[in-house]
Amino acid sequence: MKEPARKRVFINGNEACAEGAIAGGCRYFFGYPITPQNKIPEYMSEHLPEVGGVYLQAESEVSAINMVYGAAAAGARVMTTSSSPGISLMQEGLSYMIGSELPCVLVDMVRGGPGLGNIGPAQSDYWLATRGCGHGDGRCITLAPNSVQEVYDFTARAFEIADRYRNPTMVLADAILAQMMEPVEVLPRTELPPPERPYAVGVCEGRERNIINSLWVDFRVMEQVNLRVAERYRQAAGEITDHEEYGAQEPDVLVCAYGICSRVCETAIDRAAEVGIRARLLRPKTLFPFPSAPIAAWAERVKKILTVEMSMGQFVEDVRLAVAGRCPVELWARAGGIVPTPEDIIVLLEEMA
Amino acid sequence: MSTELDKELAGMEQVYAYPDALTETPMRYCPGCTHGIAHRLIAEVIDELDIKSRTITLATVGCSVFAYEYFDTDAVQCAHGRAPAVATGIKRVQPDTVVFTYQGDGDLAAIGMAEIVHAAARGENFTVIFLNNAVFGMTQGQMAPTTILGQKTTTSPRGRTAEVEGWPIRICELLDTLDGPAYLARETMTRPARVRSAKRSIKRAFQAQLDGLGFSLVELLSTCPTWWGMDPLEALRHIEETMIPYYPIKVFRDRLAEAESEQSAEPAPPAGRLSEHA
Repeated sequence: MKEPARKRVFINGNEACAEGAIAGGCRYFFGYPITPQNKIPEYMSEHLPEVGGVYLQAESEVSAINMVYGAAAAGARVMTTSSSPGISLMQEGLSYMIGSELPCVLVDMVRGGPGLGNIGPAQSDYWLATRGCGHGDGRCITLAPNSVQEVYDFTARAFEIADRYRNPTMVLADAILAQMMEPVEVLPRTELPPPERPYAVGVCEGRERNIINSLWVDFRVMEQVNLRVAERYRQAAGEITDHEEYGAQEPDVLVCAYGICSRVCETAIDRAAEVGIRARLLRPKTLFPFPSAPIAAWAERVKKILTVEMSMGQFVEDVRLAVAGRCPVELWARAGGIVPTPEDIIVLLEEMA
Repeated sequence: MSTELDKELAGMEQVYAYPDALTETPMRYCPGCTHGIAHRLIAEVIDELDIKSRTITLATVGCSVFAYEYFDTDAVQCAHGRAPAVATGIKRVQPDTVVFTYQGDGDLAAIGMAEIVHAAARGENFTVIFLNNAVFGMTQGQMAPTTILGQKTTTSPRGRTAEVEGWPIRICELLDTLDGPAYLARETMTRPARVRSAKRSIKRAFQAQLDGLGFSLVELLSTCPTWWGMDPLEALRHIEETMIPYYPIKVFRDRLAEAESEQSAEPAPPAGRLSEHA
């Protein structure tokens, strides 16, 4: 189906996220203020009523994720957004949503941590996003934009993904992507048909009653739920795993980075090429499911892999898993809000090549 | 093969049966637990208001965690304390449904205190049935925010003291400070007149939701013979003698009455009249 014509606007990541959600069919937003994403609930409070939607500010992130749970159970495309400390509070609710097989979209504009941390950019919620969506076996499908345009597009797309796999889907960004301004091509707002959720609660006529639940006292039944959820993750791995590559065709070094780090690495790779260093960037666009196969393939062919992330070393573990010892994996890691410069990366590439 | 009794019964009208809104799943509650009465009253109200097909039961964490097995409606299981937030989400998406939460005192007044206060403050248009038995039942008898001073529980073995554990919380009185609630009442089920009064309050609470008047809550002082260490009759007496003095039976707020008195020439009955006669 041909996509409608887009309009070009100049907005920041928070605004792009909110507008992308509306374009993706989101009509319910429950959230709470936290820096650096406050523009998202503010934007939603202004614009959701314009499209017949509902914005409600919750009394905490705990409450917000439970309002999301209820709205999802009632058949709505629904979103919440937060930053790292607030996402921690949402973990209980996310576990319940995963166990109850409910879709929603959430966005984490990651900031420095742990604890109260600071409002600088970070990538230290990688584990939280891809592993730690609450207790139990369950994952958040995790998308990693690296531009304001991608924040818009990935958020818009996240609703369909969430419904397809009946699972929370997270857009993982950071304080820089949230606040930087770039040109974005936005779609017109259209009304989408309601999502197909035969399991949703509501007026019960002409069907058996629906029960949204994650309590299964029988151990074998509980296991069946886990197997069913895991099967959907396998399905997602085959259908939506995505990455992008940039740089030398025959690299000596593969650089793995996502989000804002990947932008810095692109510049570093260009400048390194000028002095004859052959480096190639592989940036995952989905972190769960993770693009293990292309990383493993490159690991056979390059001398070394350099992982660049704004955390003490979380993303690198998935890279090492994919590499499975085929070649050395090195790590550029900073914390607390510190962002790599191209020079930081070039120095390492020079040493490694 | 038809017996003499069957023939007799065939000629009789059945006047007492399972409410339509209850399944026939055997309940797991203890002998002397008043959950069974509460479930029945709610189900009778749902039947009388003819709202079963659009009612959504919110099961919460406590002895009533399997409420979705007992009420024959759509249902959503909620995390401990979070039901008022879940109800908010459901009701904002589907305002034409009838949403009620069924919460114990640990769920509502301990971990769920923020959620209940804010849902009530917002005047969210759903109904809460609050089973207050002054103890955590499912987890085997620990102290709860509504445990009475002096009451022994598994985590206040010497009896609750104000000095160490602080004072019990009166939920109806607390919520009565807010503008959002349309109906707030505390009732109990210790004898037939009180059971009838409880049913009246439950029905008015649901009616407040149907009329779109705002948040409604009925607190039901309930027994827990097992963890109070009493037999069922002692437990009923305990409510009358020890709990009611601290948690008075009363209709705290009734916006339906205000609406009714505006419509009719006669003044509405004052709040609490029926319960005084119980």
